[in-house]
Amino acid sequence: MSVTPATSRTAVSPLGVSFNSVEKRFGSFVALRGVSLQILSGEFVALLGANGAGKTTLLRIAAMLACPTRGIVQFTVGQGSGDCSSAVEAKKLTGMVGHSTLLYDELTASENLTLFAQLYGLDDIPVRVADSLQSCGLGSRAASLVRTFSRGMRQRLAVARALLHQPRLLLLDEPAAGLDRQGLVWLGTTLESLRKDGCTVLMSTHARNESLDLATRALVLEGGLVKQDSGSGGDPHPILAALRADA
Amino acid sequence: MSTARAAAILLAKELRLEFRTRELLSATIVFAMVIVVLFSFAFDPTAAESRRYGPGLLWISFLFAGSLMLNPSFAREQANDTLDALRMAPISPFAILSAKMLANFIFMSLVELVLVPVFSVLYNVSLAGVAGRLILVLVLGTIGLTVTGTVFSAISSHARMRELLLPLLLLPILTPLLIGAVEATASLLVDQPELDRTWVALLAGFDIVFLTASWLLCDYLIEE
Repeated sequence: MSVTPATSRTAVSPLGVSFNSVEKRFGSFVALRGVSLQILSGEFVALLGANGAGKTTLLRIAAMLACPTRGIVQFTVGQGSGDCSSAVEAKKLTGMVGHSTLLYDELTASENLTLFAQLYGLDDIPVRVADSLQSCGLGSRAASLVRTFSRGMRQRLAVARALLHQPRLLLLDEPAAGLDRQGLVWLGTTLESLRKDGCTVLMSTHARNESLDLATRALVLEGGLVKQDSGSGGDPHPILAALRADA
Repeated sequence: MSTARAAAILLAKELRLEFRTRELLSATIVFAMVIVVLFSFAFDPTAAESRRYGPGLLWISFLFAGSLMLNPSFAREQANDTLDALRMAPISPFAILSAKMLANFIFMSLVELVLVPVFSVLYNVSLAGVAGRLILVLVLGTIGLTVTGTVFSAISSHARMRELLLPLLLLPILTPLLIGAVEATASLLVDQPELDRTWVALLAGFDIVFLTASWLLCDYLIEE
């Protein structure tokens, strides 16, 4: 993975990411086969495809949790005019909701968020944590251990954790998993607000997710290759409609 | 954020998690006590035999207890992929590793704090006059054990048979440490105790080598 040398950035600039001939192998299995695509700052990309298509691998590479076997990943700040100064800088601007909750079961909701707020070097931590818990509907359970939460409550807290440091690139891997009706509404509202703020979103999901309507671009992966791409500024709805018809 | 600050935050998390559940610490203390008591029953040593074989039995108990305690160090980060969350945070990988090392050092020291007096009573060995020097040996030996053990815990955490793999990797590597610690401890249990500086130097050298290696290799240890 390459994060190219510094130029200036503002604190609120969205972060784009480009994949250049990215290949990822796990032993003899090839998860990504030379994927090249550029996600522009501020885009809301729906990443679609069957199980094993390479969606999660692509997201993990974008999150710097996995290194590509071959190829380059670059982060661009603003409208592609500058690059992030280092991996640490890119990490400060990136948030992820993964398959797992990335939360400690034996810590309370408040302790989990406080821990990550400290690690991201945020200020006004008690206020931020309280606001975050309130906004995801867990304000009254701030002092409860996460292991006592339902799957949906954990997922809401996982999203709150990912948003705590106000990332400018949000990577979502099936974020609606386990959410009830109320949770889905909250997720949709949150994502809409992020899109309005210009946050770049790359969301892996299935065709039935209602948040797909927020997408400004649709990408379909198949066998580790980009099979369909509505492109930047293109219309994602034909691809989404076709997938919904198949689902 | 500095590595020290991030390590302090993560150390507080490790201590909070362990002292909230106390699963690891209580199991390790009980396990180490059982080993010491069983050795005592099996050999029924005289005072002279205790001075001769006691240090070896004591350090073997620490090593076995350590290999039990160190195994979940990274493995329990896999429950909800919390290690991924730490790796995504804008902190040095060495902060993650050093917080685990420090936490394991504290837990192992607590185990030793309980075990050494029990050993002293069961084996009829007086440690009163050599407590300060014994603490030095214990600290140096425990640093080596926890640094090496934490590194191998990170390596073995992705393996399917990690419970077996960690002792298989760790115990042979710890052989020089075991020899140094046993000899240094034995030099304190003779009639006229005098700490053997050669073995203390070996322990300190072991600690420095493995601590430096873990610092140099931490990026590879923490990554996928």
